[in-house]
Amino acid sequence: MKIFRVLKPGLFTTVQDLGRYGYLKYGVPISGAMDTFSLVAANRLVANNSSDACLEVTLIGPELKALKQTQIAITGGFISPKINGQDVPMWQTLEVQEGDVVSSGIMENGCRAYLSIRGGIDTPMVLGSRSTYVRGGFGGINGRQLRTGDLIEGFCAPLIKFGYSVPRELVPQFAGKFTVNVIFGPQADMFTEKGVSTFLSNPYRVTLEADRMGYRLEGEPIKHGDKADIVSDALLPGAVQIPKNGQPIIIMRDAQTTGGYPKIAIATTPDVSSLGKAKPNDVIEFSKITTGQARNKLFEYHKLLNSLGKMLLKNQS
Amino acid sequence: MKSNSLSPARYLPFGDTALVVEFGNVISLEINAKVIALSEAVQKAEIEGVEEFVPTYRSLLVRYNPLKTSYEQLVFCIKDIEKVLKEPSAQVKGRRITIPVVYGNRYGPDLAYVAQFHRLSEEQVIKLHSDREYRVYMIGFVAGFPYLGKVPDEIATPRLETPRLRVPAGSVGIAEKQTGIYPCEAPGGWQIIGRTPINLFNLLQQPPALLKSGDIVKFKPIPEKDSKQQKNHAR
Repeated sequence: MKIFRVLKPGLFTTVQDLGRYGYLKYGVPISGAMDTFSLVAANRLVANNSSDACLEVTLIGPELKALKQTQIAITGGFISPKINGQDVPMWQTLEVQEGDVVSSGIMENGCRAYLSIRGGIDTPMVLGSRSTYVRGGFGGINGRQLRTGDLIEGFCAPLIKFGYSVPRELVPQFAGKFTVNVIFGPQADMFTEKGVSTFLSNPYRVTLEADRMGYRLEGEPIKHGDKADIVSDALLPGAVQIPKNGQPIIIMRDAQTTGGYPKIAIATTPDVSSLGKAKPNDVIEFSKITTGQARNKLFEYHKLLNSLGKMLLKNQS
Repeated sequence: MKSNSLSPARYLPFGDTALVVEFGNVISLEINAKVIALSEAVQKAEIEGVEEFVPTYRSLLVRYNPLKTSYEQLVFCIKDIEKVLKEPSAQVKGRRITIPVVYGNRYGPDLAYVAQFHRLSEEQVIKLHSDREYRVYMIGFVAGFPYLGKVPDEIATPRLETPRLRVPAGSVGIAEKQTGIYPCEAPGGWQIIGRTPINLFNLLQQPPALLKSGDIVKFKPIPEKDSKQQKNHAR
């Protein structure tokens, strides 16, 4: 069912869901929404499944013309969304009539926003996911970012009776500063004691080389021991690699699945999701936690994602 | 090298959703054989909460569902499996796959450089590259890209100083003692000596990648005119 025609594609807009799992050994990255929490929230606001596909918007949003009556929600970084030129709120269900134009401004904070459509976006399942993997050229709409004239199809689903909104205390803050919890290893022992303390006690700035594959950071160089290379092994999102120049690279969702730089530490799952909000010039500080602490935080995070639907506030109609 | 391959495996946490079993930090058949043997054994054991495996040159990454199992539990289970693992023989077993390659000219723009670098003729480079069997040590970099080794010292060549922005799909390259095949167009710094008409990654097939870790690959030189007929005829 055709729901929207793309009038303007925005800077870099792709279809993403929770990701593509099970194909790492064939070199296929996990992909999926960079900011998982905002994707799930956008889905739940229109009573979709958490795993349904949404549009992931980067810094500049698209302009879409509705071909059908539908309901949408926009979450993530604040992007001044509008329907027919009128400001509309984020983090709540929005009614869209046939012929309406959904647009937005430039993102004022954060880096990515998510636009859900009632019923979920309908693109072919590729290896178990609808997520776009641009480098591989598959998933989403023809394996690429949105273009003018594209048609966005959605699954047929009855409109919901009530709109919802995310309670204010659950809406993430976008301060441009991130404290990222990391578990040390697997190659933490390749760094000097001084290197480790440099890593934990200095801020690192996100450089312009930051995209869905990963973020290059800039700050006090982190010193290796005798060697700065390893024989390549596996990577997952959250891995903090330190190449020879001592400047960290955080691996994100579209990164290659193997790499040859030592990994000093790995960011925890909830922090990888919040790093999806990071943009160039934002500042990151790393904080070491134990596997036990990480486990507790992960349980809380999953509980939040699973119960988000129930925690939404019903809007008055 | 030898002593390294005999050292016991190290179990290392990889964030909150994975662990790594590391057998060494060199490229060797023995180490890679252990990685693959453990990967197969752990897969067979169907441990609750284990989601996927990534065998690489020297280590096995095990991704798990932390809501169903924990790092400590998995280390315990996998150590048990590792203990009774038979010493994998260094002699290579695995599926044997022949990959036809058109060497040189516009398909292998760096063949001349590799030959010149080693003071060989292009024919000698082709013969040295296609005479031996290679093991797939791992798949990585881009979907379906096999890291194969090792090439004879006589043709081992450093990467390009400036990587190309676009290497065409099917390109066969050399980087130091490794050789590999680009399944799709990608940026890359490997010395490109030829191209195969074989499709290494097909989304419509299950599994999508033609090769997997542990496979044995042999390259077969073919003339350009045959390359069109050979499409999709590996194995």
